[in-house]
Amino acid sequence: MKKSLIVSSFCSVTKKEVTLNNKVIYKGSGNDFSDLSNDIYTKFSIGYPKFHKMDNLSKLGFLSVELLLSDKNLNLKYPGEEIGVIFMNSASSLDSDRHHQDTLSNRENYFPSPSIFVYTLPNVVIGEICIRHKFYGEGNFFVAEKFNTDFLVSYIEELFECNAIQCCIAGWVEFDGDDFESLVFLIEKPDKTDIGIVNFETDIIRNIYEKLK
Amino acid sequence: MRDVFIASDNIITSLGFTTIENANIMLDGNTGICLVEDKLIAPFPFYASIIDSVKLNSQFSCIADPYHFSRFEKMSICSIKDAISGMDIDYADPRTLFILSTTKGNIDLLESENKNKYGKDRIYLWNTARLIQHFFNFSNEPVVISNACISGVQAIITGTRLINAGIYDNVIINGTDIVSEFVISGFNSFKSLSTGPCRPFDKTRDGLSLGEGSGTIILTSKPSLSKSKEKILVGEGFTTNDANHISGPSRTGEGLFLAINRLLKKIPAEIDFISAHGTATPYNDEMESIAITRAELQSVPVNSFKGYWGHTLGAAGIIESVMSVYSLRNNVLINTLGYHEMGLTNPLAIIDRVIRKEINNCLKIASGFGGCNAAIIFCKK
Repeated sequence: MKKSLIVSSFCSVTKKEVTLNNKVIYKGSGNDFSDLSNDIYTKFSIGYPKFHKMDNLSKLGFLSVELLLSDKNLNLKYPGEEIGVIFMNSASSLDSDRHHQDTLSNRENYFPSPSIFVYTLPNVVIGEICIRHKFYGEGNFFVAEKFNTDFLVSYIEELFECNAIQCCIAGWVEFDGDDFESLVFLIEKPDKTDIGIVNFETDIIRNIYEKLK
Repeated sequence: MRDVFIASDNIITSLGFTTIENANIMLDGNTGICLVEDKLIAPFPFYASIIDSVKLNSQFSCIADPYHFSRFEKMSICSIKDAISGMDIDYADPRTLFILSTTKGNIDLLESENKNKYGKDRIYLWNTARLIQHFFNFSNEPVVISNACISGVQAIITGTRLINAGIYDNVIINGTDIVSEFVISGFNSFKSLSTGPCRPFDKTRDGLSLGEGSGTIILTSKPSLSKSKEKILVGEGFTTNDANHISGPSRTGEGLFLAINRLLKKIPAEIDFISAHGTATPYNDEMESIAITRAELQSVPVNSFKGYWGHTLGAAGIIESVMSVYSLRNNVLINTLGYHEMGLTNPLAIIDRVIRKEINNCLKIASGFGGCNAAIIFCKK
């Protein structure tokens, strides 16, 4: 039987709290994402000025991965082209799409902006994370109504199986209107010394996600 | 690892509603890009390739009532319908998967006059995919891939891997995007739109022309399903990231070079031709030429199809792959329309006239916003 991949670390960001490997590392004080994201950025000393130019979806994905990798240095362990980033969500880039559409609705006040338009593609969050961490490997952004763990797990297993990647950051990064949530995983092959926190298996991933609710 | 074959395909653009209709017009040297003056789309005139609405509705009315479907959905359904016609596949079989590749889906439904036309959830990409899935009674939750301009190639790579792994036997992939107020205004704000029909790799190129289109490609593990006598295999494919800039192509072509190089390591054969992304923006074409040269493929014939139907975003990787496969099946290299004079610091062997010769494989590449790149190979069995 083939050995299951392992989750070396996982991080969630919701309105309520931020958790890293099941431990609460931040308690949210309000519902506003702008306050929450700035607060996390400051509290965890992220120090990456480009963060402030990102749209909400990118900020959410970026912060989640910053915290996920806070005590890791993947670049020492893997070449950049062996590290993949695979995300899924329900609303695609709809938050920025609505923002861009608002700049067009009035012909007397028509001011489309490249700095908004560039974020009207959901995979740009993957680009932001790759730039920050020098990851050059496989990327993919899937859109599904709900977090489709069956599909995501089997697709990522195949990426490891065909040696497209040696390491993967993957998960659910959703931003729609006033609602947002993220759950990201660091996935690696098991070795003698590292058996991870949990196995990367559909039921386990689904259970972790359902506990967020 | 199981082989993956192309069973059937379709292309819908302003040039025609089937792959052959498109090919014939392209071989005659005609473009579908023209000057558009439509105040509903933009307060300024622009060059684009637009599908005739009357023709779309008349084609669609042979399938269903156009009143209940958006422009995007009509294009997508017409394309899938043509590709699956005459195919002996059980679509309700759980071994068959539907993948939708798109950047913006039903984005015109964000416009205030369209907002309540079909209900508020129709804007969600997964919902559009599910509507199409139900229309054809496809089994399984559909998969939506949205990775900027590499979406189409990415969808073919993903579908191929799922069949390779034995998770599915057949994968129906449709890639569609429409020309909308949304995308025209966005690319215009980037100053990326061309002042005439786009001119890929040409010295005078000054931007891209947007286009709308829908393409379908059906992948299968069963070679007997292929509609054509010439069996085409889908080879390996890889995606990479530049890790450099979210909207500007890499100056070193790093990500695209890595994707091509990974692929070349896996295939012993020489590449017969390259179907490039070739958007005709100064930076994209220059970046591609750097990546291709770094991979030592600068003497391989290369073309871009964008001069015929513009940049069709999430459909581009599908329709350009379908046309590349047409080239393989018919042993014909199609010229890069709009190209006249070398405009690259690393010159490439741009295909500048129709050439009929034996060709056995094709490298298809694509790059997009977010720094993403993709490369895949198609070859004769």
